[in-house]
Amino acid sequence: MALDPETATVLAKAATIAIGGIFPAIAIGKTASKAMESIGRNPESADKLFVPMLLGMAFAEAIAIYALVITFIL
Amino acid sequence: MLALPPLAAETIFQIGDFPVTNSYINSTLAVALFASVGLLMRKRAAEIPDKIQNFAESILEVVLGYMDQVTRDHKKSLKFLPVVGSLFLFILLSNWIGIFPGIGSIGRWLTMHGQLELVPLFRPANTDLNMTLAMAVMAITLTHIFGIAAVGVFRYANKFVKLGDIWRSLRKGGISIFVALIEFGVGIIEIFSEIAKMVSLSLRLFGNIFAGEVLLTVLGTLLAVPIGITLPFMALEILVGLIQAIVFSMLVLVSFSMATAELHEAH
Repeated sequence: MALDPETATVLAKAATIAIGGIFPAIAIGKTASKAMESIGRNPESADKLFVPMLLGMAFAEAIAIYALVITFIL
Repeated sequence: MLALPPLAAETIFQIGDFPVTNSYINSTLAVALFASVGLLMRKRAAEIPDKIQNFAESILEVVLGYMDQVTRDHKKSLKFLPVVGSLFLFILLSNWIGIFPGIGSIGRWLTMHGQLELVPLFRPANTDLNMTLAMAVMAITLTHIFGIAAVGVFRYANKFVKLGDIWRSLRKGGISIFVALIEFGVGIIEIFSEIAKMVSLSLRLFGNIFAGEVLLTVLGTLLAVPIGITLPFMALEILVGLIQAIVFSMLVLVSFSMATAELHEAH
């Protein structure tokens, strides 16, 4: 089956953000779940955990943002 | 037909050779707001704070509290507050200005790419990669300036080009020479990571805010009466604006405090 360029572009855009969204989502979910778990174990650590958790999430999220930027410029 | 905002900010008018883009107008608005509040505060600063001063002081206290958690040193926090605090407040304010009604919808009819288009007069400041890249480059450059000021030129340079470590290991001899050579390679990678830091800092902020703008535009055209459907996403955008401001300034603060930390002598 031959793809015309326009369809291929749309497919590539969709695939980029779809695949590029999966793994950061898993990473952010894991970060949040571990943070919740440790807050459950030790509720006093909530304030201390907040900043490192946010930083970890930001690094994971950056990958999704790269995918998003690629999607925009495709 | 969707009128998605283009990646680059559009020029509204020119002052001499200087093109004034719509995102530049928005960032000027934020700066003007800050400057006017700052001048007002300076004139009215009193021992017993009134309402505005109380508000400003409470914001500063919250910011300083979070900064203390990262730097673990109140003196350092006070030193970095002018940079990190103003980055945080500026990003926050310009993100929140960006979701006001009229931003991205009021515009001029200009000829762009050969056809008449409605060019929005205002566009959130951080949807311009130039803006976020400028902030990131400034922050990383300041990191190195702070680092050199804290530990001295040669000891700071030893972080990246580890000739000093190799020299020291040669005197020790044995396996430590190989360790020093590997560390030298790591130091070279460290240089690239500084560049990657700029890229990821600026792209993260740009991507998030621009994606929010596109999301709101798309959702606004989904239904004939777009009031109900965009509302929860507007709330989401308020949250995203806050979180991205926190993330940007926290990452800058972390690299500041890592650069100014005393280096470990031995591993």
